[in-house]
Amino acid sequence: MSNATTRSAGGASEAPPADRSTQDRTPRRRSSRRARQEWRKRAEIVFFVTPALALFVVFVIVPVLTAVQMSVYRWRGFGPLEDFVGLDNYVSVLTNDVFTGAVAHTMIIVVGSILLQLPLGLAVALLLNRKMKGQGLLRTIVFVPFVLSEVIAGVIWFQLLQPRYGVVDTALGSVGLDGPAQGWLGDPDIALWTVLIVLTWKYLGLPILLFLAGLQGIPNDLYEAAQLDGATWWQVQRNITIPLLGPTMRTWAFLSMIGSLQLFDMVWILTRGGPANATTTMVTFLVNEGTNRQNYGIAGAASMILFVIALTMAILYQRLVLRRDTKEAGR
Amino acid sequence: MTTATTPQRARRQQDTFSGGNPLIYVLALVVAAGSLGPVLFGVLGGFRTNAQLAESPAGLPDPWVFSNYTEALTNPDFWRFTLNSTAIATITTLVVVVCGMMAAYPLARYRFRGREALFTVFVAGLLFPVTVAVIPLFILVSQNFGLSNTWWGIALPQAAFALPLSVVILRPFLIALPNEIEEAAMIDGSSRISFFWRIVVPLSWPGMVTVGVVAFVQSWNAYLLPLLLLQGNMRTLPLGVADYSSEYSADVAGVYAFTSLAMIPALVLFLLMQKRIVSGLQGAVKG
Repeated sequence: MSNATTRSAGGASEAPPADRSTQDRTPRRRSSRRARQEWRKRAEIVFFVTPALALFVVFVIVPVLTAVQMSVYRWRGFGPLEDFVGLDNYVSVLTNDVFTGAVAHTMIIVVGSILLQLPLGLAVALLLNRKMKGQGLLRTIVFVPFVLSEVIAGVIWFQLLQPRYGVVDTALGSVGLDGPAQGWLGDPDIALWTVLIVLTWKYLGLPILLFLAGLQGIPNDLYEAAQLDGATWWQVQRNITIPLLGPTMRTWAFLSMIGSLQLFDMVWILTRGGPANATTTMVTFLVNEGTNRQNYGIAGAASMILFVIALTMAILYQRLVLRRDTKEAGR
Repeated sequence: MTTATTPQRARRQQDTFSGGNPLIYVLALVVAAGSLGPVLFGVLGGFRTNAQLAESPAGLPDPWVFSNYTEALTNPDFWRFTLNSTAIATITTLVVVVCGMMAAYPLARYRFRGREALFTVFVAGLLFPVTVAVIPLFILVSQNFGLSNTWWGIALPQAAFALPLSVVILRPFLIALPNEIEEAAMIDGSSRISFFWRIVVPLSWPGMVTVGVVAFVQSWNAYLLPLLLLQGNMRTLPLGVADYSSEYSADVAGVYAFTSLAMIPALVLFLLMQKRIVSGLQGAVKG
């Protein structure tokens, strides 16, 4: 994103060549021709930009602004917006135990996803970076869960995780272990962690893929030099690979964080936010309020809070973590 | 990607740090089983009866049963959902690519006041995921436009939310086209619009394919917006799979077969487009 912006600033297109060729004409003709060209250029710009801008305004900007507006009214879906309640919706969302629980669950998913996927992704990427037979096939296989929709992955896992008769519990049973009595998704103390594990399975392909690309960008000379110095494999990974993969890891963690904050599909398929609201997320909360209960004001306030939390975390992350990378790149 | 290193160098590094260690292959097998295992259980489960599944959930089909798959394949709902998913994803992709290219062109190759501001408007769209606006969107599409339960009612909002990323990906592509080409075209007397169709569009093909594939896969896998807006025989495959699995939850083998069939299109598309998806994702992160 930042790259695109900086490139555009430097790479702005030349002024039309016609500007130069008209320099020796008389001032009046020049200005009228210029005006005509200006007008034509503007018409072209409008022609090119209008479809995208219209689509964007109607389906992105208007709904977002409507969410802001909804959030300060009490509204149940019919009649005009009349019952202005100021910040009441925000107060009732923020003091709602279900919502604060949803925020906590979302944060556990955000942090847990990064803590699980970072080491696992790195380990698998290092493994796949070695020369071996069937490497290409393995890279494809590892990426398959990422390509499946969350719904399909969720439906399969829902079956695998069925209490007692599911594959997971039978496999445990064959080695003499028992799954939780209420099932992996039925026990309020365990359900969220089960969701986290399934999400890790589903999304691990992305860090592997990105880290593999990063590994290929590390110059081989560094490894050769380390080898000459007699460094062990662990020392090489700790002192060369991990520091040089830093920017890729930090960018991936950012994407993972933004994705986790929007978590909905997998939870909706696996648990619907249950049992006993143990796995609600901010999005399941606002969808539930907005559709099943038709509390549009509450849903609007919740989506604004979600937006503010996501924006704050994104800005903080950019400021505190990613700034290092952009600074280094600017040198 | 590996071409940066000469084969000889690569081999020398390999000699010290890996070699033909059998442990590596064991680990690789574990990783492959971990990622593919659940999917394979689903696919194989579709070839078993519910009695087989109940008796030994982790076993292999014995004997192989094809009725679950033939039933799913002769289920008109399955084909109806596939048609809906295909149509919605195709419309989304076309709208994103056409609108994205058209918008990226002046943002890349015209100089005008407000250009950067306009670009910023699109970039700001990256900050608004569909989840933030989904309830108003639901009201807007169903009540104001009367487009609930239609292909366009899903495709247009999806395309709108995919636009920011598309413009961000496409603009550098168009900036990178050399100015000489444009000047030559101008000297030949072609207008900017014909320059766009005759030269810019063909030269930006790789960027358009990346944007198109990302939009198609996102639309194909989408759940939240279709969940709110589509019912009955307008449902897409993800909705169909989710509903089928809760309606017929006792028929586990049938659920496995239905789900396995539903994942085929996305997997095929991924295998065909693997290079482009992968480089698109990697490029997006590096950029």
